[in-house]
Amino acid sequence: MKEGKGEGRTEGIRGLALWTVGPATAVLVVLFLLPLAIVGGYALSSAGSQGEPALPATFANFVRSFDPLYLGILVRSVRLAFICTLICLVVGFPLAWILRGMGTPARHLALLAFILPSWTNLLVKNYAWIVLLRQEGVVNSALLRLGVIGEPLPLLFNEGAVLVGLVHTFLPFMVLPLYSSLEKLDPALLDAARDLGAGRWARLRKVVLPQCAPGAVAGAILVFIPTLGSFVTPDLLGGARGMMVGNLIQNQMLVARDWPFGSALSIWLIAASLGMILLAGRLTGRGDTSRPGRASWLP
Amino acid sequence: MAPLSGPRRMGMGSAVFFGSGLAFLYLPVVVLAAYSFNDSRFALAWEGFTLDWYRGVFTSREIGRAAWNTLIVSSASTIASVILGTALGVGLHFSRFRGRELLWKSFYLPILVPDITQAVALLSIFALVAFPLGLTSIILAHISFQISFVALLVRARLDAFPGSVVEAARDLGAPPLVAIRKVVLPLAAPGIVAGALIAFTLSVDDFLIAYFTAGPGASTLPIRIYSMIRRGVTPEVNALATLLLAFSLLTMTAAMLFLRKGGGKDRA
Repeated sequence: MKEGKGEGRTEGIRGLALWTVGPATAVLVVLFLLPLAIVGGYALSSAGSQGEPALPATFANFVRSFDPLYLGILVRSVRLAFICTLICLVVGFPLAWILRGMGTPARHLALLAFILPSWTNLLVKNYAWIVLLRQEGVVNSALLRLGVIGEPLPLLFNEGAVLVGLVHTFLPFMVLPLYSSLEKLDPALLDAARDLGAGRWARLRKVVLPQCAPGAVAGAILVFIPTLGSFVTPDLLGGARGMMVGNLIQNQMLVARDWPFGSALSIWLIAASLGMILLAGRLTGRGDTSRPGRASWLP
Repeated sequence: MAPLSGPRRMGMGSAVFFGSGLAFLYLPVVVLAAYSFNDSRFALAWEGFTLDWYRGVFTSREIGRAAWNTLIVSSASTIASVILGTALGVGLHFSRFRGRELLWKSFYLPILVPDITQAVALLSIFALVAFPLGLTSIILAHISFQISFVALLVRARLDAFPGSVVEAARDLGAPPLVAIRKVVLPLAAPGIVAGALIAFTLSVDDFLIAYFTAGPGASTLPIRIYSMIRRGVTPEVNALATLLLAFSLLTMTAAMLFLRKGGGKDRA
């Protein structure tokens, strides 16, 4: 593994590469890459009498995903993830823009305010929405008391509740990358565009949007991938009407005990995630989408 | 909040939009925390201040056991991942072998791939090698994603310093291990501490991967909260959830202070 050319005096440390990089790599292989490969193998196997993976190898599990029953859930997952990403983008862009225009102390505070929620437990955030949205929850009782409605609205256990929960969880993941790319926008460019006669919209379209494209793509990855694979939010806020592929996978693995089918669904999810990362790499043109990664919400 | 000072004055519309955005993010959690002090079994209206629900949390045997499990899992996995992740960050910073950047990118995968696929994958390998599910399997599962976060922070921290510092130490005759111990690790220290705090918080907060790799009987705090929510809402959940919330905020804020204190590259 070591390939030190001998130049530079950090060579001795380089020589330790096997001992420094090796153990973590072994963990990555044994507890991440190999398990994913096993899931791939399971996805291609038949279900034994107890639902355990068995021979012969088959594509039946993938074919079964197209059963209307399951296809409906897959389509809903993609649709909800897409809508959630879109809402985060549409709401997140003005937020990031306003952040950019703030003075220094206020901006630091506001940035912190956007980072904080992404540090809070997902269960807690989703549970907070249950407290607000359930039949006798805060929103319904407030509306009842104000006389706006005659009887409680069914706010919980539907796609709308899932979307609210997802946007609530992932909005910061869009705002922060958007802000960090807008931050680099040179005000002189905007002035120059104005001097050249560009109106508000032309400046937005020709100067601002291209500049924030990498942030938007990074944000879209950070929102779309975990949203698509989410389990907790649809489980707690969606009920049967908000079920997504994550719930279907959990159900197949832990309840129905059909591991080959559960694995096939996981493979779809991994394929969609990787496809999204590759697509994003092409969109930004540099393939360097790993950089703004989830690191953008790290302190 | 008074964002109206600054280079450009914020318009009324912007201020309202921005305020609504923040309210959307904070209101649910604030309401939850407020209700954890509400003296009412059915959290409808405010019926006075009480600490009963917190008393309930601290005297519950099941919650105590789950808290203890969480402490064991998170401490063990954090210690392991800090050692492995620090070594990885240091090693990747100094070594130049072929495929180094590709290897580094593959450490981003556990961060990027959805939790549920990782949970399924871990369950599959544990089942395949007949590894008994329990606290140990959760610890191993957590290490697999914590390493990436620690290494990320350590490497970022080292990248912010010129390599000449280490060369100087070597010039003065320090053997590699001494140079690492006396120069590299102290330089990386704020990153290591922040990495440890973040790894610990991620482990304490994780529900899904623990849920898949726990097996029956080994329940952590998030698993406990999940089953309490599923079973029906009681005010104790509000209290427990609020405690977990406070914990995440405290540790992550501490992590950020460590990163800031250490100077180096500013990564907002």
